[in-house]
Amino acid sequence: MLGEGIVKGLAETARNFFGSYVNNERLTTVQYPEERLPQIEATRDFPFLVYDGSDPGPGLRCVACQICEKECPPKCIYIVKSADKKPDATGKQQFYPAQFDIDISVCMSCQICVEVCPFDAIKMDVEFEMSSEDRFGGLLLDKYKLAKSNEYYNRIHPTEAGSVDAALAEDRAKAKLAAESKAKKDAETAAAKAAAAAAIAETPATIVTPTATTGETK
Amino acid sequence: MPEMIDQIFVVIKHWLMGYVPGALQPIASAILSVVPVMIAFPLLFAITTVLERKGLGRMQNRYGPNRAGWFGILQPMADGVKSLTKEDIVPRTADQLVHYLAPVVMVIASFLVYAVLPIGRNMVIANLNAGVLFFFAVGSVVELSVFMAGWSSHSKYSLLGAMRAIAQMISYEMPLVLSSVVAIMAAGSLSTVSIVNMQAGYTGIWPHWYVFTPWGITGFIIFMIAATAESNRCPFDMPEGESEIIAGYFIEYSGFKFALFFLAEYLGMFATSAMAITFFLGGWAAPFSFLTWIPSYFWFFAKLLTIIFMFIWVRGTLPRLRMDQLMNFAWKFMLPLSLINIVGAGIWHFMAAGFARWGVVSLLIVLSCVLLSRGLRRNKWFHVRTYRYAS
Amino acid sequence: MTISFLLLAAITIIGTAAAMTLKNLVHCVLALTLGLVGLAALYLQLGAQFVGFTQILVYVGAVAILAAFAVMMTRSANQTLTQTASSFRASGALIAVLVFAVLAWAIYSGTSKQPILSAQPEGTVGQVGVALMHHFVLPLEVIGLLLTAALIGAGILAMDEHRGNR
Repeated sequence: MLGEGIVKGLAETARNFFGSYVNNERLTTVQYPEERLPQIEATRDFPFLVYDGSDPGPGLRCVACQICEKECPPKCIYIVKSADKKPDATGKQQFYPAQFDIDISVCMSCQICVEVCPFDAIKMDVEFEMSSEDRFGGLLLDKYKLAKSNEYYNRIHPTEAGSVDAALAEDRAKAKLAAESKAKKDAETAAAKAAAAAAIAETPATIVTPTATTGETK
Repeated sequence: MPEMIDQIFVVIKHWLMGYVPGALQPIASAILSVVPVMIAFPLLFAITTVLERKGLGRMQNRYGPNRAGWFGILQPMADGVKSLTKEDIVPRTADQLVHYLAPVVMVIASFLVYAVLPIGRNMVIANLNAGVLFFFAVGSVVELSVFMAGWSSHSKYSLLGAMRAIAQMISYEMPLVLSSVVAIMAAGSLSTVSIVNMQAGYTGIWPHWYVFTPWGITGFIIFMIAATAESNRCPFDMPEGESEIIAGYFIEYSGFKFALFFLAEYLGMFATSAMAITFFLGGWAAPFSFLTWIPSYFWFFAKLLTIIFMFIWVRGTLPRLRMDQLMNFAWKFMLPLSLINIVGAGIWHFMAAGFARWGVVSLLIVLSCVLLSRGLRRNKWFHVRTYRYAS
Repeated sequence: MTISFLLLAAITIIGTAAAMTLKNLVHCVLALTLGLVGLAALYLQLGAQFVGFTQILVYVGAVAILAAFAVMMTRSANQTLTQTASSFRASGALIAVLVFAVLAWAIYSGTSKQPILSAQPEGTVGQVGVALMHHFVLPLEVIGLLLTAALIGAGILAMDEHRGNR
């Protein structure tokens, strides 16, 4: 029939119109900023630096290897290595970044820095409401703004943080085991050396002549 | 008492005129008649922009604007501030004088047509003898301003949009005028006031509106479709299709001039709706004889708001017509149908009152409608409609 | 010679004079439109409602648009004319003055000095319609046939030549 399609369309639209007042499930709008959609776990926005423990100074995992700075496609990371070393979480002496800046107006959230970091020191944050009124410095985050604790990391990405923690713990256990065995071996060789030295020190009278010794052993 | 409320504006005007000295009477009378209309209709325009956005939103399962004021009702204020404070950019190669004059001409033409609309009993600015002719004549000045806008912007998009818009407006002016001829024939006069007065009677409780006759309802539908096309509204908004040629002929306008074009387009929509109400829906007359105690201007605006809601509803439902589909529709369907409608109205007048003339005229119109719609698809007369889907 | 007549006459003359002298063709078309609107206002001032409104409807609403389209479709739209007066300036002015003199003499000698007392037919649409249907029905039908022929001719000229199986 002529005009049937139009009438059906009008009926559908009218149903939408009046139905939207009757039940609110028809309206799929999320009234930002009063409501927010839940984010999935793999959300990534801008990078942040992880530190173990409660003090960002000594606990920072970053050792200023500068791999992320080299790999970053838009070159938004700027690192200045420190002059001295300080012990990291496993006790080994490492460099640390004296300056670590990320310009988040340049960052394109590609996660390459995260993928290449060998120390699990830089991870992706989920915070995006970081607009600033300062056009030139407001979007440049320095080390202190970027450092966030491992607990925070576990909160925002539980599975990922869980696996990172497990890997790190395993590495540390292995390192500790290796260190312990090495220490034991060192202690053994040191003890053996000390025992030999003591043995030599204890018997000064028995001077074994080389000929007699060799004669005895013959 | 109901008559007092009904004629309240006329009474106020006469009272104020008593204070005006004799020499200034004509000009004061003109000003006092014009100023309320010039306040009421732009206010209606402001309200319509919000209602349209919220209505469209609800039809599309979303909220409309709801941040400015309670439920977004102050959105027109925000829009007004925005369009006033935006920078007025004029292209360097544009024709400066014509570029400036185009929105002015359009707004003047759109406001001028309100002079012959009867908004209530005894409430018309100018009771011209040839009021309908005035309406269509001034309404056709809008096309000139569209051309001026499109040409002076010196841009391909705007020229193309202007060409399409003018072609569409000229094509649909014919069905618009011809479908109003049936109401003029029935009323026997070109004056809008007498057309409404002819429809203000009642038999029992039923009104004498022309829309309750077969030629009236056909004329009303054709008039509304042509009015939608004349004001470049969906589904006929190919000239200003936002996703195709961005904004068509007003693409190079920014800030207040854009707002003026918008205003002129909506005012044109209101004016043609008001004309449809005058021709077919009985103007300010109440729908039933027991409701005549409600003031006449209330009925006028109620009918106007209903038609505006219909416009918004259709905009939310139908997709845009392509240019050739649009032109085919105008020339091959609407124009012959409006001519046959005139013949039907003539038959109606020469036959005696009763069911016979209902049957004859309805049959004539329905038959021609069916034949014309089949004729649009060549070589498919009387076949069942088949649809082929991509496999 | 009331103020309104002088004003409208000034608008008409300025519009048509600008249509002759402007360098940009599209500006000429728009100035001509202004002159036509002034003419329509003069008709209305004389009380000829039908003619006045039809002048606007037909000339401003259709003919001006047609002229604008025609100007736009040709190449001369982008070029501005370098000189607006042809080389036959003097003889053109002489002919214009002669025509004006003949028309002025005809109008002046035709109108009588006292006002006309007999009832003049008003130019209302109703009376025009009645006259068309009673006295002038044959010219009306002939004009209708002429217009139909013109429409068909225009359609044939604009039609595609390879219609075949479109």
